[in-house]
Amino acid sequence: MSDLPEQRSESVFDDFKSAYTSAQAVVEANRCLYCSDAPCITACPTAINIPEFIRKISTGNLRGSANSIFASNVLGMSCSRVCPVETLCMGDCVYNEMGVPPIQIGKLQRYATDNAYEKGWSFFEAGADTGKSVGIVGAGPAGLACAHELRRFGHAVTIYDKRDVPGGLNTTGIAPYKLRADKSMAEVEWVLQIGGIHIEHGVDVPGNTSWDDLSAKHDALFLGFGLGPDSVLDLPGNGATGVHGAVAFIEAFKTGQVDLANVRNAIVVGGGNTAVDAVRELLGLGVPNVKMVYRGAEPAMSGYAHEWREAKNEGARAVWHAQPVGFAGEGSVTGLQCVRTDDAKRPMPGTEHTIAADLILVAVGQAKLGDLVAGLSGVETEWGKILCEEDGATGKPGVYAGGHCRNGGKEVVNAVAEGRDAARAMNKYLGGV
Amino acid sequence: MPSLKTNCAGITSPNPFWLASAPPTNSGEQIQRAFDAGWGGAVWKTLGSPIQNVSSRFGAIRWKGSAGVGFNNIELITDRPLDVNFREIYETKKKYPEHAIIASLMVETREEGREIIKRSEDAGADGLELNFGCPHGMCERGMGSAVGQEPAVNERITSWVKEFSNVPVLVKLTPNVGDIVPHGLAAQAGGADGVSLINTIKSIIGVDIDNFVPQPVVGTKSSNGGYCGAAVRPIALHMCASLARDPRFNVPISGIGGITNWRDAVEFILLGSSSVQVCTEVMLHGYRIVEDMNEGLLNYMKEHNFETIDEMVGKAVPALSDWGNLDLNYEVVAKIDETTCIGCQNCMVACHDGAHQCIHPNADLTVRVPTIDLDECVGCNLCQIVCPVPDCISMVEVDNGFAPASWNEHVDQGQPLRHKKGSH
Repeated sequence: MSDLPEQRSESVFDDFKSAYTSAQAVVEANRCLYCSDAPCITACPTAINIPEFIRKISTGNLRGSANSIFASNVLGMSCSRVCPVETLCMGDCVYNEMGVPPIQIGKLQRYATDNAYEKGWSFFEAGADTGKSVGIVGAGPAGLACAHELRRFGHAVTIYDKRDVPGGLNTTGIAPYKLRADKSMAEVEWVLQIGGIHIEHGVDVPGNTSWDDLSAKHDALFLGFGLGPDSVLDLPGNGATGVHGAVAFIEAFKTGQVDLANVRNAIVVGGGNTAVDAVRELLGLGVPNVKMVYRGAEPAMSGYAHEWREAKNEGARAVWHAQPVGFAGEGSVTGLQCVRTDDAKRPMPGTEHTIAADLILVAVGQAKLGDLVAGLSGVETEWGKILCEEDGATGKPGVYAGGHCRNGGKEVVNAVAEGRDAARAMNKYLGGV
Repeated sequence: MPSLKTNCAGITSPNPFWLASAPPTNSGEQIQRAFDAGWGGAVWKTLGSPIQNVSSRFGAIRWKGSAGVGFNNIELITDRPLDVNFREIYETKKKYPEHAIIASLMVETREEGREIIKRSEDAGADGLELNFGCPHGMCERGMGSAVGQEPAVNERITSWVKEFSNVPVLVKLTPNVGDIVPHGLAAQAGGADGVSLINTIKSIIGVDIDNFVPQPVVGTKSSNGGYCGAAVRPIALHMCASLARDPRFNVPISGIGGITNWRDAVEFILLGSSSVQVCTEVMLHGYRIVEDMNEGLLNYMKEHNFETIDEMVGKAVPALSDWGNLDLNYEVVAKIDETTCIGCQNCMVACHDGAHQCIHPNADLTVRVPTIDLDECVGCNLCQIVCPVPDCISMVEVDNGFAPASWNEHVDQGQPLRHKKGSH
């Protein structure tokens, strides 16, 4: 594992949602109705016992509160910051039914988990050695959650990751006003406290290590290698300087530095959450004019409405009903050529126009990596995603999967749930109880 | 327009809201501010030989972020010179002739009593209140609740106070007894013009669990205190009503104990109090709370067509009865308003674990509004109590076809009783 560079462009970002003081946390915790069979639990992919952890904050049992969170979600610290709580737990808080502001579950969870980190509390011990070994491909949220759960059962775990830094998208992709890369690294270290999880960096399967090698070394495998590179817009002028895939660009400024000093006008192409993140990030990094260019109308965009609302508050603008047809500029990009689209997102001839830009980020999706598992006979894919049973089992006995490579691009919390549940299924497969 | 004018045992005031003898009535300056804020009367912080207090003195129960639903103190009577207190009583009475000023007294000897009564009356006190209730500190010296717990002593001291006094005398009763009635009757027999109740309840408010010392902490020790605040109201209401419904007891009551607002005051009045005294809520929130008390009481009187406080006094006492007279055939069941239910299901868990297992998940699992098995519902109120939405759960009367029948009627006259529910 290599350290992150000290100087990273993302360091200019502060937390968008502030941390609670203990006084604020207790006031909010006291508001919780402590519902029975609470809908917030059902809304949480990892099914954290939310009313219980909140009650423990109100009684002063902070250690127990953190324990309740981590018992269901070992990445509870990052999830408290990056989860779209507005559409998950908080969105289902019964107070919404009453027209009363819902409980700030994310902020309370952050309060409890931050305290655990600060005070150095640890909650888990590795199980007695079972003599079984599991190989995990990908040190992102799914792989880490899986590894941690496997260690609790006593299985040996090695994680293989092609990058130098662990954490997957939590380190390289999460908007820095939610979670900076150093915080993600701290979380990895916290998870590794359980002991016995080895991470081998620079391992690219099947690039420099074959599936056969891995299969020979381990009794079971977990696939959590995420998604591939940004999809490109294969349009005239692509390749001009200043055109980047959004995910690659975000990774660059989160794990290092980018120079935006001469950028006046930036465009982000897309309408999903990566696009919205990129818009807010460019604004935060100091680009004066940032526009999102999207083929449809505002209600049709797949990015979260609450995130886009914040982007607008921060100064973002959008060009709706515009479809890129080419990149303008000789060598360096100077603009995005578009046509207008109709309500069905179909281009309307004769509406060609150019929107000036000296930086264009393309956020129209990422490659699915189903092809990577071609060498694992029995593992099936569909639209590039690995097909799994509910417990994460693929078509090949002993091989399980979770996270983006399986779900195509859901939240961190989904990856944690899939990794954890796969570990439980793998334990049974390995003869555990 | 209804009138709030009050007459309790011959002590008159512009409204029934009196400050109880306690820190808020420690000085003339305070009481004058209280009268300006709208209080009708004040019972002066108990007078006697000035004492030395400890530090710290108070403790409180915290519940869901609010402190003081229950409160406790180990402060004693006045620690200020008697001369100063009497001068301030004089000045205050002169400035506020319509307001009631009652001197609370606690003395060790008859001679001391005669002296302090005379000086109180000379200062202009409208009445006296004998502190027979304080359950901490003073009782160890043979005063306070040590007196109030012995009906014979209570009666004797009351009678000599009456001998010396020319103004109405209230005896303040301690709740630290098994049955309040003999103590109220003793005060009455001693000639008291009225009683005030309750004083505080002997209590330990809590423990410093890190240092193993009860609270309030005085260095390395603590002592029992007197419990008050909203949490004691049910006990006070019961004692007030116990005296009010006893046919032998017929002097006025000044109700005390956990009164926080006009609604609480109405409850005391309906159970027999002709004035009410407030301390803890003022200590927590200041004299200003009386604005809402006066206004709320007046609005209540208008809504119920009461012209005077007297018309209200004891209005709910006849409805208080022994359990054996309750109608066993009266039946209510819970009903959930589906339109306002927010689906917290706290009624369900409460019924399941704490009552009679008759609230169930909706048959349609996508709907979080629970359903009630009316054949099993015993009508206990628990679901209504835990529901966070006002008026969402109501208790609805059921016509079961049975004529009213109490246990006593059933035993004496064989009145048929309806089938028991939830008893299998």
